[in-house]
Amino acid sequence: MNPQKPLPQATPETQEYWDGLQRGELRIQRCRACNRHYFYPRPFCPHPGCHSRDVEWTTVSGKGKLHSYVIAHRAHPAFAAPYVIAVVALDEGPKMMTNILIDDPRPETLPADAPVEIVYETVNEKVTLPKFRLV
Amino acid sequence: MPDSRALRRKVAIVGAAETDTVGHLPNHSTLQLHAESAFNALADAGLTLDDVDGIATAGVSPAQLTEYLGIMPRYLDGTSVGGCSFLIHVSHAVAAIAAGYADVVLVTHGESGRSRVGVGGFGGGASTPGGQFEAPFGVFGPPSMFSLPIVHYMQRYGLTEQQLAAVSVSTRQWASMNPRALMRDPITIADVLNSRLIAWPLHLLNCCLVTDGGGALVLVSEERAKDFPKPPVWILGRGESVQHTNISQMWDYSDWTAAAKITGPEAFRMADLDHSAIDHLMLYDAFSHTPIYGLEALGFVGAGEAGPWFEEMRGAPGGALPVNTNGGGLSYTHTGMYGMFAIQEAVRQLRHEAAAQVNDVETSLVHGPGGWFSATSTLILGNQ
Repeated sequence: MNPQKPLPQATPETQEYWDGLQRGELRIQRCRACNRHYFYPRPFCPHPGCHSRDVEWTTVSGKGKLHSYVIAHRAHPAFAAPYVIAVVALDEGPKMMTNILIDDPRPETLPADAPVEIVYETVNEKVTLPKFRLV
Repeated sequence: MPDSRALRRKVAIVGAAETDTVGHLPNHSTLQLHAESAFNALADAGLTLDDVDGIATAGVSPAQLTEYLGIMPRYLDGTSVGGCSFLIHVSHAVAAIAAGYADVVLVTHGESGRSRVGVGGFGGGASTPGGQFEAPFGVFGPPSMFSLPIVHYMQRYGLTEQQLAAVSVSTRQWASMNPRALMRDPITIADVLNSRLIAWPLHLLNCCLVTDGGGALVLVSEERAKDFPKPPVWILGRGESVQHTNISQMWDYSDWTAAAKITGPEAFRMADLDHSAIDHLMLYDAFSHTPIYGLEALGFVGAGEAGPWFEEMRGAPGGALPVNTNGGGLSYTHTGMYGMFAIQEAVRQLRHEAAAQVNDVETSLVHGPGGWFSATSTLILGNQ
């Protein structure tokens, strides 16, 4: 039996994000009250001190920096180790988890704060995942 | 307005015990680990289950536990936010006992972390935030989630892999003095760095054990606390908070914000103590970096100073401030929600009955996370 990679299931609040990825767009939300982007999707601003419900969807650049990561050696059974589980900080502010697409990942080739950009990885007709690569 | 300082030293732990053994217990179900802990802690206090009128637990529900034990308490707490849940149970029990909601509160932990006997499911579904925004990227248990902030911290403060390893070495030195510890052979920094890579920068010896075991506590009011076989261990201060469940949503990857801003200040304020009054530290060590974040966030050292502090072996036997004297989650035992064992060791130290007893301990601070820096709790305990 081949282990399956876990796949996301959208909710009404996140559907636009997943639909955007299918079209090759990174759609995240921005708060109109405090002018800050945020992630993950929800119909209100999660920033402490704001929590406004006046929010909108925006298409962002897909560029950011490598905020932190691990090189997973003890792997999920559906993943081929080693692979990079990372958190990237988008240029617009929010942080999100992803994988960095890189052959032979080593600490020396993955400096913290390195610039990264999105790669749209189509999994099936419903799911495209946001992966990133070093620029 | 009510002030938590009014509850300083109003409630004491008068019974405390673990399961008969900890480590590999394939003949115990999860619930039986709770029960064995409960019987042992009540015996330690000279009480029986019929004396208990308040219950607190995590992992299993209070309903499962009361059914299994055959009791019907008038106070219950099922706060279940990971490993520090039991610290939070103690914190809540102080208020409950002071309010008269219960006279005798039993806090139990039991977990078949290694043998997986009678264990429920873990994790959420594909439509939860974790299922959508983390699981697809191959996170695989705590080693690949709890560890994610480390590289950012290393970049900001210059923390080295050697310093991370030093935490494991220091903790193993304490474990070597504890006959109940699962891993007792001395290790070196090179041993840690040469051990198998789990999720760089973490090697195997940077990661806690996975064991079976349990522990329980009995708490009563100040008025009753002197009527027990063992001297009371007072709850002097407490703090609790929770911030996220998915590690990608942690506010600051180089700072344990909830500990720095909420749980530490609140615990010290309630206890009316400063850092110099703390004789002993239990800093929940799920991984080598957890005590580093904790030591800084609680203000024992400045930002970026905890790595060198551990490398200088200041928390090791003979050091200025003993840390994790049972051998910690890294070398003593770690069932999955280790917080109960951190409290147990603080109680043993304050009763002067620890395997690696520190001289003249009057205060102990117990601090830990639930999940991956998700929940946070701090307790300050004392014997005076």
